[in-house]
Amino acid sequence: MADKYMELVNSGATKKLAKLLGLPRPPRLRRYAPESPLLPGPLLVLGASTHAQELSDVLVSWGLDVRRHDAGDAKLGGILLLLDEMDHPQSLSPVMLSAGRALRQLLPGARVVSISRPAKAQDAPAIAAVRQGIDGAIRSLGREMRGGSTANGIVLEESTTPVSPSALAALHFFFSGRSAYIDGQFLTVRTEDGALPADFAQPLAGKVAVVTGAARGIGAAIARTLARDGAQVVIVDMPQAGDSLAKVANTIGATTLQLDVTAPDAAQQIMDHAIGRHGSLDIVVHNAGITRDKLLANMDAGRWDSVIAVNIASQLRMNEAFLAAKLPNLRIVSLASTSGIAGNRGQTNYAASKGGVIGMVRSSAKLFAEQGGSVAAVAPGFIETEMTAKIPLGTRTVARMVLPSLMQGGLPEDVAEAISFLGSDAAAGLNGQVLRVCGQSLVGA
Amino acid sequence: MTQQSVRNAVIIGGNRIPFARSNTAYVNASNQDMFTAALEGLVARFGLQGERMGAVSGGAVLKHSKDFNLIRESVLGSSLDPATPAYDVQMACATGMEAIGSLANKIKLGQLESAIGGGVDTTSDAPIAVSESLRAVLLELSRARSTKDKLKALAKIRPAHLAPSAPGTGEPRTGLSMGDHQALTTKAWGITREAQDELALASHKNLAAAYDRGFFNDLVTPFNGLAKDNNLRADSTLEKLGKLKPAFGKNLGDEATMTAGNSTPLTDGASAVLLGSEDYARSHDLPMLANFVDFEAAAVDFVHGTEGLLMAPAYATARMLQRNNLTLQDFDFYEIHEAFAGTVLSTLKAWEDEEFCREKLGLDAPLGAIDRAKLNVNGSSLAAGHPFAATGGRIIASTAKMLHEKGSGRALISVCAAGGQGVVAILEARS
Repeated sequence: MADKYMELVNSGATKKLAKLLGLPRPPRLRRYAPESPLLPGPLLVLGASTHAQELSDVLVSWGLDVRRHDAGDAKLGGILLLLDEMDHPQSLSPVMLSAGRALRQLLPGARVVSISRPAKAQDAPAIAAVRQGIDGAIRSLGREMRGGSTANGIVLEESTTPVSPSALAALHFFFSGRSAYIDGQFLTVRTEDGALPADFAQPLAGKVAVVTGAARGIGAAIARTLARDGAQVVIVDMPQAGDSLAKVANTIGATTLQLDVTAPDAAQQIMDHAIGRHGSLDIVVHNAGITRDKLLANMDAGRWDSVIAVNIASQLRMNEAFLAAKLPNLRIVSLASTSGIAGNRGQTNYAASKGGVIGMVRSSAKLFAEQGGSVAAVAPGFIETEMTAKIPLGTRTVARMVLPSLMQGGLPEDVAEAISFLGSDAAAGLNGQVLRVCGQSLVGA
Repeated sequence: MTQQSVRNAVIIGGNRIPFARSNTAYVNASNQDMFTAALEGLVARFGLQGERMGAVSGGAVLKHSKDFNLIRESVLGSSLDPATPAYDVQMACATGMEAIGSLANKIKLGQLESAIGGGVDTTSDAPIAVSESLRAVLLELSRARSTKDKLKALAKIRPAHLAPSAPGTGEPRTGLSMGDHQALTTKAWGITREAQDELALASHKNLAAAYDRGFFNDLVTPFNGLAKDNNLRADSTLEKLGKLKPAFGKNLGDEATMTAGNSTPLTDGASAVLLGSEDYARSHDLPMLANFVDFEAAAVDFVHGTEGLLMAPAYATARMLQRNNLTLQDFDFYEIHEAFAGTVLSTLKAWEDEEFCREKLGLDAPLGAIDRAKLNVNGSSLAAGHPFAATGGRIIASTAKMLHEKGSGRALISVCAAGGQGVVAILEARS
């Protein structure tokens, strides 16, 4: 339905009518395809950084047409704002105003990305002010972008630079179609860890990845994306979903493991299968999840407990077992939800589980890092799946079109792209990250 | 040739769809649909997408004439490499056993590196033929050249010809159904109603427990909305089974003991087993659950009443034990297909019977009793159901997994078949 509406308001006579009536016109998003260029046009780089030249060399090596300070009237594929050396809110003006003038030159699906430093309590007040100010400015700019363009930011902890491996990886990710449904978000580079892939089209080459809840929906999309990105994939779902699971496996060359993730030995079974059959276990995507929505006043133990057991308790138990097994460089990516961040009516149980995932990820980062690994979470907003198809039509239409900056629901693939990125070695320096894939909205399942 | 001079054939794993009572969940599924589903689940479990297997072999007992290449067509509809050779085998209810055993032999001889064997059957989508007399007229019509001859042939059709001829489970030479045959054997061996009901109850309890502990998680893939065998009655009791009326051997009157509860129902389903050489399993990082050691077929003369229709496995077992220098007690698991509870109990009693073992099997001493605690420990056909050709694959895959879980030992498998035949096999744990 979203597709049909999008087609009507974006083409031919109905486009004019939609414009005239002021109907929301959700743009077509620029999604990733292995053969497509990193940006739809030249990149304008604004601002200053001691690493500007070094960074520019990397951008050129990615095949980008890089313009410094001024691009004339040229159509642009993106704008990079180097803001990591700002020391006072007053110094933002020239860069932001130049960016503002260039916005009209942006092609559909363009990207604005800022690079800045985090505001900390120990910073001088003016420095903290400008750093936190950038956060607000970029989030606001995200809401002003048109034509499926987005604005996101990269925040560099003090030990890192714009050319740290994970900073470059984050930049590449934001520029590419992989970040299509991510808007107004920040990725924080915490360490120098990570290594860029030899081939950005095969970032998971040689890796063995396990995806739970992979029989359908977002899980199946994650499995497909990880396989596309080069991983050998093991897909897990409840024995009752085994036929759908087999179909997914046979389209992407994965192996199936029929398993209830709440089983006490789930982690052991996953390790036995991945290591026994494929030689290692490099990535685990905790995607298996359920909803049992009810207003808290009507909630029963069955609904509450099953959601907690599947969505968070199973992940805690499995992670403990993975840590105990000391698997080297293991990367964990969990599915959180914007419900766990902003709350959602009828979802106290679900939000407790998904907020729980976020807490777990932040607390586990150090534990996994000690073994060379990392942990991260992706918080999807409104994603068009069988699960969200159960939401009443009115709520669904509002959720997918009005609230998000991108005026539409995301696709399972959008979540999968973020998962694949955070599960890659290049994202090691982003350990502990929680990334929202919500089109800059806070509604979702 | 001795056993030592050939290499091992190993069972890597298996997959089946849940078995469904006739005319229930799979009413619209064909044999090809079901066998393809069993293959697809196996391919997914073991990552065989695009792999060229040495051979795929299997069959169905009830077959449409259009299914002349059933297994090959199933392979073409699967994710296996289309360059995988496949062929149909048919040996009544022992079809799966014969298919898998022969593939194991080819692996042992070095002719195959990998293979999939199994079977499928449906009594919901059974072929229905036109009557013999109508068939004769239609053939005459097809031979007629002139319009006049054609009309002449057509004029021979009578309303009575239109009665279809459906397949039954009756023996062509005796006209008796399989159940009525077994009823004779059951009575001859003095098997009581209580003993049969107890065996049926154990089958349901054992199968339910196996599902509960996740035993079938890597043996079964759901199909058509069914995730478990729908003949399974986890809440069955001796009282409930005791209330059922006799279904077979009704002419025995008060002595009839065989009911719908202690006989297998007509069932739809499919199974597939992955086999390979040790090299194949190792080079593909695949598990090796058990060795397929040996198998043996036997047949008996049931037509003249000298032996019961389903007693052939008793004979096959004696020969196979002798060839392998084993006694009946040298096993850790006994998987005796429960066509009827009476079949299993008659077979066990025959092995204990001195006269039978001496006169019929030509042995100096009876084969003796088995430890009943080792019999069909995860349930068998009375609970799971019995889609004729699919039963062998179900038992072999489950048994191989049981041996793998135990980590040692040996299993005896026995499957009886129509026509007075039977196939038995020995599997051995990998040490």
